[in-house]
Amino acid sequence: MVNMLSIKNLHAGIEEKNILKGLDLTINPGEVHAIMGPNGAGKSTLGYVLSGRDGYEVTEGEATLNGQDLLDMEIEERAVAGLFLAFQYPVEIPGVSNMVFMKESVNAARIARGQEEYTAGEFLKLAKEACKQVQLPLDFLKRGVNEGFSGGEKKRNEIMQMILLQPSICFLDETDSGLDVDALKTVADGVNSQRSPERSFVVVTHYQRLLDYIKPDFVHILADGKIIKSGDASLALKIENEGYGFLGLNYVEEKA
Amino acid sequence: MTDEIDQALDKKYEAGFVTDIESDTFEPGLNESVIRRLSKLKNDPEWLLEWRLSAYNTWLKMEMPDWANLGIDEIDYQAISYYSAPKSMKDKPQSLDEVDPELIRTYEKLGIPLHEQERLAGVAVDIVFDSVSVVTTFRDKLAEAGVIFCPISEAIEKYPDMVKKYLGSVVPRGDNFFSALNSAMFTDGSFVYIPKGVKCPMELSTYFRINELNTGQFERTLIIADEGSELSYLEGCTAPQRDENQLHAAVVELVALDDSKIKYSTVQNWYPGDENGKGGIYNFVTKRGIAHTNSRISWTQVETGSAVTWKYPSCILKGDNSVGEFYSVALTRGCQQADTGTKMIHLGKNTRSTIIAKGISAGRSNNAYRGLVKMGPKAENARNFTECDSLLIGDKCGAHTYPYIESRNPTAIVEHEATTSKVSDEQMFLCQQRGLDPEKAVSMIVNGFCKEVFKELPMEFAVEAGKLLEISLEGSVG
Repeated sequence: MVNMLSIKNLHAGIEEKNILKGLDLTINPGEVHAIMGPNGAGKSTLGYVLSGRDGYEVTEGEATLNGQDLLDMEIEERAVAGLFLAFQYPVEIPGVSNMVFMKESVNAARIARGQEEYTAGEFLKLAKEACKQVQLPLDFLKRGVNEGFSGGEKKRNEIMQMILLQPSICFLDETDSGLDVDALKTVADGVNSQRSPERSFVVVTHYQRLLDYIKPDFVHILADGKIIKSGDASLALKIENEGYGFLGLNYVEEKA
Repeated sequence: MTDEIDQALDKKYEAGFVTDIESDTFEPGLNESVIRRLSKLKNDPEWLLEWRLSAYNTWLKMEMPDWANLGIDEIDYQAISYYSAPKSMKDKPQSLDEVDPELIRTYEKLGIPLHEQERLAGVAVDIVFDSVSVVTTFRDKLAEAGVIFCPISEAIEKYPDMVKKYLGSVVPRGDNFFSALNSAMFTDGSFVYIPKGVKCPMELSTYFRINELNTGQFERTLIIADEGSELSYLEGCTAPQRDENQLHAAVVELVALDDSKIKYSTVQNWYPGDENGKGGIYNFVTKRGIAHTNSRISWTQVETGSAVTWKYPSCILKGDNSVGEFYSVALTRGCQQADTGTKMIHLGKNTRSTIIAKGISAGRSNNAYRGLVKMGPKAENARNFTECDSLLIGDKCGAHTYPYIESRNPTAIVEHEATTSKVSDEQMFLCQQRGLDPEKAVSMIVNGFCKEVFKELPMEFAVEAGKLLEISLEGSVG
């Protein structure tokens, strides 16, 4: 079986600063992996490097998605190949309606897969359902992308996009940050509804709390650009109780 | 990203073909005898010849304005031909069947079928090719409603009193260098009269095309909305791709009598020149409307073409409670230069004006908004709101804003908001991460930026404007 996402000895950074220093990670279809770790460890960088953001340079190692060389693809090619990044701080695109934005996105993926584009009518139906699922009022479909949304609304909007795009691997970058308990639950429900034997998740978080709602199969500790410990859900609990101290990490805050 | 933008700033101009048609064209040059010759050819009445000559004499004493933020090589006004018409137009065709098929094909290529049955439902169109009006559609249907829509040369013949009364009443002959030139040499254009209380049953539209080499286009549009009437008017423009600069100096006058409404929309796509700034249209246009009591004039423009744009559609809010609006999108790329904006002259009480101007600059282009808001001493409780936003694509282009405010009435309120932003890397990344290619991403972000203006355009035009923007931005990112 081909691993869904396979990362081997990945070294990468930005502006000549090394951030990832030999990261290995293998994710199989249907698995949920949580990544925790101190600030500045490279958690967000991993998301950006995998999705191909400008400015991030890979100096060594490899990453494949369903057997395809991810690092050789353009940003949008990685996206239509099934990689989805839920942003920590989703940006606003004034004047571009959520509906138009998502329809174009979904259709770009459909074209890449050789499927028929959705008509406006077909898509509207799907979008309404997704909107309800993340408990956003329907007028959010008409509003500009993230335009004037609260922090929580932006995160729900990210999950709505994920639901509509049906990616094969979802990288959630601190999707729980800034959410109150109710919003957290809504977002987690959205994610859980998308769990399937074919779809995998990487959940980056600082807090065990999220993992009460999204049960991970594996928990990894990322520190100084490498995964230094992996375990099951109990590892997250241990960190919640003891901090990162037991791993010998007490130098990390200055790197934030 | 910037390098990629530069590399790829190479867009195709789809309207750049030349129509191979025999034309009667004046020798280049401008003097009194050229004016007399034109006047005779057009069968001008005596007063109009005098009018032209007086404008010419005023023009001779004027100098080309140099206050705009434009770098233009000196224009040799003696090297331009001031009149060109397809030979087949000599014996005025009475119906479309008599129009040269080559001309009809030209417009079909531009996506403007002239046969009425093929037209978009509800749009009547007047076609101006070089210096003459080729055809005006739906005239019978308009006549039923009492609406006059015809070439201005025909109006001069058939409705001389009306033309004499209003021609030059909004834009006087000596108003500026280009209006004086136009007044001396205008060759054709459109004339519209909407009778009292009539809501024009369809959109009216003029399509301007410059074809002939070294020829200037000097057309004149006069629109009169009588008391309580309403009208929506569209204007579109294209020209072939040529290495030489061509001159377009038009005058548009709007007269909105009491309680009337005029909405004037333009999609300007003259040939912008190549990526190094060779060729393209010099677009020097004077557009102005006068708004009487309780009337409303609304200008909407989408400017994507021309090497140089110098254009300030304005409103004189003469009557109490009159309203002026200006909605503009100006996109410049390559080496294009635009200095465009509006003037809102508030004279009457409770007059209101709104200005929404969106400038988008890419490549090495320069884009300036220049606007005047003037509150006269009698403009009690007049209000203006101006919003002026610039969007930059890449790091070699320029955006400038020159707002002028003069208020002589303490009760008048003037508000001005301005922003400058860039298409941000974060926005691009979000779009691409969701599967959109960079061109699609830019065009979507730019369309969003222009939304407030596009929603003011008539439906078919809004779609066209969106598409035009997409084509214009093609290749603006790598």
